Amino acid sequence: MTDLGEKTFAETIAKDQRVEPRDWMPDGYRRTMIRQIAQHAHSEIIGMQPEGEWITRAPSLRRKAILLAKVQDEAGHGLYLYSAAETLGADRGDLTRRLIEGRQKYSSIFNYPTLTFADVGVIGWLVDGAAICNQVPLCRSSFGPYARAMIRICKEESFHQRQGYELLMTMMGGTQAQREMVQDAVNRWWWPSLMMFGPPDDRSPNSAQSMAWKIKRHTNDELRQRYVDMSVPQAEALGVTFPDPDLRWNADRGHWDFGAIDWSELQRIISGDGPCNALRISNRRRADSEGAWVREAAAAHAARRQEVKAQ
Amino acid sequence: MTEEIKHEWPLFEVFVRAKRGLNHVHVGSLRAADHQMALHHARDLYTRRNEGVSIWVVRSDDVAASGPDSKDAFFAPSGDKVYRHPTYYSIPDSVPHI
Repeated sequence: MTDLGEKTFAETIAKDQRVEPRDWMPDGYRRTMIRQIAQHAHSEIIGMQPEGEWITRAPSLRRKAILLAKVQDEAGHGLYLYSAAETLGADRGDLTRRLIEGRQKYSSIFNYPTLTFADVGVIGWLVDGAAICNQVPLCRSSFGPYARAMIRICKEESFHQRQGYELLMTMMGGTQAQREMVQDAVNRWWWPSLMMFGPPDDRSPNSAQSMAWKIKRHTNDELRQRYVDMSVPQAEALGVTFPDPDLRWNADRGHWDFGAIDWSELQRIISGDGPCNALRISNRRRADSEGAWVREAAAAHAARRQEVKAQ
Repeated sequence: MTEEIKHEWPLFEVFVRAKRGLNHVHVGSLRAADHQMALHHARDLYTRRNEGVSIWVVRSDDVAASGPDSKDAFFAPSGDKVYRHPTYYSIPDSVPHI
């Protein structure tokens, strides 16, 4: 049976078809998919925090409504992804425990603080822009439920990026202090956003296998270059600059050259020593434990209603 | 509050009718204490942007499904019945409306 399963799996991948939850798949594929989907789900859930902090301080009712909708979307994206992970036999509660016990990761980008309201705009423009670059190819990922979740997520991310850019355009049309606030936020988020694509290709040991399984469609460096090329004209239109003296157009390559990334910073944050790591996890842990009685009460209520119905 | 944090709500599959005249289509799953809560969560999770006009939720453990192992037994027999398709029959081009 396994031989047949292996053959079917190889053919499915070769023909660019989707692997579905009940198909035979190599253990490594299942493990990689669960890890990747869980990390992605955790990132969406933790990603609610940096922007969520600004909901009560949004400068107008319009901005507050937009930000609420966006943060609600992040929760939704997390739930689509946990749903996809569960099709592989993972358990949602177990994944949350792994997150709050530090046994599973989330994107390091959410370990930076949001110091001003301009950060909300820059997260939408740059962080969600980088996420879109990463995620659009994942809509063709070989695992069906993940690819389908990504399609829904990408549709919604487009609103996230546009609201961020529009917010920044509004601030750039304001006072000098507001323009400086935008530039300051761009300065702080630009390099971390480049790190979102992961280590360079020659230091990304799992990439080759993920490409062979068609879980990944492009290398980290390809996607990073695509993101830089997209972002430069957007920065120009906005009237801000990126904090990189080596950023210049390379006519031979037909791409923008950019400076060396400080990978030791990413390493430091991944290993837990970022500005907000402890805060993000303690907030998530508190939400989980303080919500426990609600989940228990709802389960008890449902059980009671079932009993009454049976009588 | 118990020591062990519990996540034991059952899993539900969600089906959404995008607009009148179309079938309900499976969109994903969610956890909820009961059917009523599953409907509310499905509304919040899968129809935030006018994606639907009607929702079904079904307990995942109530779904019976054909497995990939039984694919041949289930679906191979229809493979060799080409006469069930209209293109199997050749009709002269001169015959109208058929």
